[in-house]
Amino acid sequence: MKFFGENISCVRGERLVFRGLNFAVEPGGALVLTGNNGSGKTSLLRVMAGLNRATVGKIAWSDGPISDDPEKHHGRLHFIGHLDAQKPVLSVGENLEMWARLHGGTDEKIAMAIKKLKLDGFEDLPGRYLSAGQRRRLSLARLVASEAPLWILDEPTIALDEGSVAAVRALISEHRDAGGMAVIATNVELGLSDTTKLDMRDYAAGQDDIWEGVS
Amino acid sequence: MNALALILRREIRLSMRQAGDSAIIVLFFVLAAILFPFGVGPEPNMLARMAPGVVWVTALLAAMLSFERLFAPDYEDGSLEQLALGPAPLETVALAKAAAHWLTTGFPLMIAAPLIALLYRLPDAGYNTLLITMALGTPTISLIGTVGAALTLGARRGGVLLSLLVIPLIIPILIFGTAAIDAAIGGYPFRQHLLLLGGFFLGALVLTPIATAAALRQALE
Repeated sequence: MKFFGENISCVRGERLVFRGLNFAVEPGGALVLTGNNGSGKTSLLRVMAGLNRATVGKIAWSDGPISDDPEKHHGRLHFIGHLDAQKPVLSVGENLEMWARLHGGTDEKIAMAIKKLKLDGFEDLPGRYLSAGQRRRLSLARLVASEAPLWILDEPTIALDEGSVAAVRALISEHRDAGGMAVIATNVELGLSDTTKLDMRDYAAGQDDIWEGVS
Repeated sequence: MNALALILRREIRLSMRQAGDSAIIVLFFVLAAILFPFGVGPEPNMLARMAPGVVWVTALLAAMLSFERLFAPDYEDGSLEQLALGPAPLETVALAKAAAHWLTTGFPLMIAAPLIALLYRLPDAGYNTLLITMALGTPTISLIGTVGAALTLGARRGGVLLSLLVIPLIIPILIFGTAAIDAAIGGYPFRQHLLLLGGFFLGALVLTPIATAAALRQALE
């Protein structure tokens, strides 16, 4: 099932961030967003996830726009943003379990996620003792702990060491091989094969023509 | 496991790990109630007369303290984002949050209330009614407070604004809660007060999750 957007424009805080943007992700595909800071990568990802609304344009799956049934859309995606949604007083296992179970994850999946993100041995450690990289890995573990066809990742490799970056690369490849799709905003080369590039600079809007994209 | 039970379990677990937060609310309740006799004098008849009102007013003020942090931590660390992206509608999240708030704050206040009434020598006839009004009133306060907490999310000085929004809405609960206890002590019928409190609760149960969810959506934009 295809996930796509047509003619999307986004206004944030009275500033037109991007306009006239089209994208499409096929099963097994990966869309990599690049662009300078403030070019709207995160805004676009949040619009895709349904957290923010696009000012104009349509975001849809093959079977209908996401606004028709937001809950169904949410059930199909994992969103890993800048905020890690972890509680310092809960253990690694408890933090992960909450989000995994919300999306229908099972015990085996959660155990597999812990292992794949090299968090084994830390399950009972309270979240406040984790390093930045470990927190990041715990966030990414949500991807494995429950299944969703669409992964929306905002700078997934921030704070990760080389070995972990390779593990993330492997995760994404595995997900795509199984027919999943990924949308990734990144400023570093992830080394994924066969990706579609989307440069946010191509859709940047000057202040003069602010109304063109919205009309 | 469904989303409501999951969120509830998480909230209760969090509040057990941070037991101090709930304890402070109850402690404030007790301390504020203890201050009154120092101010108005220890005349026993007067204290007994004041008891229903003091218990209810201080319980409301103590509850107000707890609303500011109801959604703020989840908003700041991204949990709210993830809850909004969960397969459950935000209305369910709102209801779960209100239920968790009652369990961790409203229920302890309800347990502490008769102890304060005891300090004020509330006449024996009033205790059952006090507990019933607390049982009906505190969940309504939790529900209305979640709306206020969601509306002021992300606002600077949210706490003050929150009190301004919520306090007018919970005045009816104060009026009928204390009226029921006074009636019970005086030997008058009090059933109608309790029915009204029950009505407020049912109304809030239906309406507030919708309002809270709408406010949360706005906050996440």
